[in-house]
Amino acid sequence: MTMPAPYQVSRFGLIDTSPTGTLAALARRSEGLAIPLAALLAGLLLFGLFLLMLGKSPVEYYALVYKAGFGTAFSWQNTLSRAAPLLLTALCVALPARLGLVVIGGEGAIVLGGVAAGAVAMLIPGGGTGFILMMAMFAMLTGALWIGLVGLMRFYRGVNETIASLLMAYIGIALMNHLVEGPLRDPNSLNKPSTLPLTPEQRIGDLPGMDVHWGLAFGIVACVVAWILIERTRWGFAARIAGGNVRAAQIQGLPVGWLIVGFTALGGAFAGLAGMIEVAAVHGSANASLAAGYGYTGILVAFLARHNPLAIIPVAILLGGFEAANGLVQRRMDLPDATVLVMQGMVFIVILMSETLYGRCKLFTPEKWRAT
Amino acid sequence: MSTTVDIGMWGVPLAILGGAIRVSTPFLFVSLGEVLTERSGRINLGLEGTLVFGAMAGYAAAYESSSPWIGVLGAALAGTLFGLLHGWICKFPRVNDIAIGIALMLLGMGLAFFFGKPYIQPVAPDLPSIPLGAWSDIPQVQAALNVNALFLIGIVIALLMTWMFRSSRLGLIIRVAGDSTDAARAMGLKPDRIRLLSTAAGGALAGIAGAYLSLYYPGSWNEGISSGQGLMAVALVIFARWNPLYCFWAALLFGGAGALGPALQSVGITQGYYLFYAAPYVLTLGVLIATSSRNQTLAGAPGALSITR
Repeated sequence: MTMPAPYQVSRFGLIDTSPTGTLAALARRSEGLAIPLAALLAGLLLFGLFLLMLGKSPVEYYALVYKAGFGTAFSWQNTLSRAAPLLLTALCVALPARLGLVVIGGEGAIVLGGVAAGAVAMLIPGGGTGFILMMAMFAMLTGALWIGLVGLMRFYRGVNETIASLLMAYIGIALMNHLVEGPLRDPNSLNKPSTLPLTPEQRIGDLPGMDVHWGLAFGIVACVVAWILIERTRWGFAARIAGGNVRAAQIQGLPVGWLIVGFTALGGAFAGLAGMIEVAAVHGSANASLAAGYGYTGILVAFLARHNPLAIIPVAILLGGFEAANGLVQRRMDLPDATVLVMQGMVFIVILMSETLYGRCKLFTPEKWRAT
Repeated sequence: MSTTVDIGMWGVPLAILGGAIRVSTPFLFVSLGEVLTERSGRINLGLEGTLVFGAMAGYAAAYESSSPWIGVLGAALAGTLFGLLHGWICKFPRVNDIAIGIALMLLGMGLAFFFGKPYIQPVAPDLPSIPLGAWSDIPQVQAALNVNALFLIGIVIALLMTWMFRSSRLGLIIRVAGDSTDAARAMGLKPDRIRLLSTAAGGALAGIAGAYLSLYYPGSWNEGISSGQGLMAVALVIFARWNPLYCFWAALLFGGAGALGPALQSVGITQGYYLFYAAPYVLTLGVLIATSSRNQTLAGAPGALSITR
């Protein structure tokens, strides 16, 4: 196992990979970091250009984002609170992506997970840590069912998972509206139909010594668990094989159907947990505020992190900072609240375009070094 | 409506028919645009964003020029730009057209909300409609058959597109590019350019669908103007087997499903309003499950399409 292979199989056949020194290894590994970083920078520059064309100062914009997102302890707390749901919704994209599936309907799982949490709090009396864990279990189960259904449809009927998951998100939001305005409605919520407010014992508090709720810890733990699952277990390995070539995986006898359903369901469970956290830590009851777009921002987080669960952590914090700063940007620069959406869209497109660069830069491919 | 004749429960099917015609037009335009794009071998999932941006651009252009038709033109132009962007980005190797579609969907909505803020208040001129129900004395019939010109234009485009794919040189070129990149190259065609232009034209049609939303029904610009018509239309194309004429029937069916909730509400059934609101999505999903297949390629699917491989 310790002998370095002098040849490596690639899609071009057997190729000589003789530069095996530390430098070559470092170059290969840094490609996955350098290209997304460069693309992120390019996307932010592009957005700066957009602001410049509108007669706004990009320098002021980024200075404000730094100040309101990362400048003070208070802004960090705001940023981390917003990053918490993004960590979980990004996993809803990143886990199925290991199987080559593009699932983008995390918003539906958040919303229904939140409703499940609100319903549990409403129907079952109680409170405390055990109760909160039970609430989380119900929310995760709801999310797992919702997105797992997408995986099921994909495997058994070949239904395109991207379209199906987004349709499920629309259905989920309609279902939430139905439940919150009908059977689960608190008669006292007049302007904004909601479930009964959670009692203080049912709510999630803050992390010790910080003004950030426990959702952040849940999110980081979920990312680490997902990373271990993907990188260090045989299921993660099998998923990567199935993501590369379904036919080959089936010939190997891998349970492709179980992998697809399992990974989509797990992603959905994390998004459902995000909904429960939003209810139990932020809103205090389930209502239409749950559909705040965290599911859609999570797509961008996952793609920026190249579907690596550990990379999701810094990316979610970065984008959480942009969202946290949006209010200040609106007030100070007289920009509409959709500013952050435009920024996200531009960064997203540049990130996807950067996919074409992999394996093309000489710096990162030691195989090409000898040619010069 | 000034007077209504009591026609009892007959009001429901009539309202659904009228609603189907009204609601189906955006489905028709987006799905025709997507058929054109997918027949050339690419899938553009971003038409939802194009539709929303088209709705904004159309409304703004109609307001500034006080002509609804200039609004439609503006929306088509904006849609073309989005299509060109999609087509251009997708020509780079290893760029995923589905993912680019998602990104463009988010960008299109973001840009529409960004530039659309000042146009939420003002009132733009509406597109005119043709009273095909003038022969009847019953106001409900007249209301149901008040058909917008864009609906009729959509039918004409569907017929033209069917003819184009079946018996014109241009249609053949697009189909070759869609069925096999290699075959197209062997014939001396440039698949990337064909796809670029097809995506651009598809984007223009999706933009017009958006203009219909903001300039006719519901007839105003706001951030919740689209309820996912652009996305449902993409699913509808699979149901319609990439055939423009089937797209028309499918669009009518989806329009009817979308009109179910309001129609029931008009006769006093308000229970479960939000569940009826979900009817088109459930229908789309059901249709996808029924028409997709686990093992074989779908009949009528363009061979080079990433969604069917």
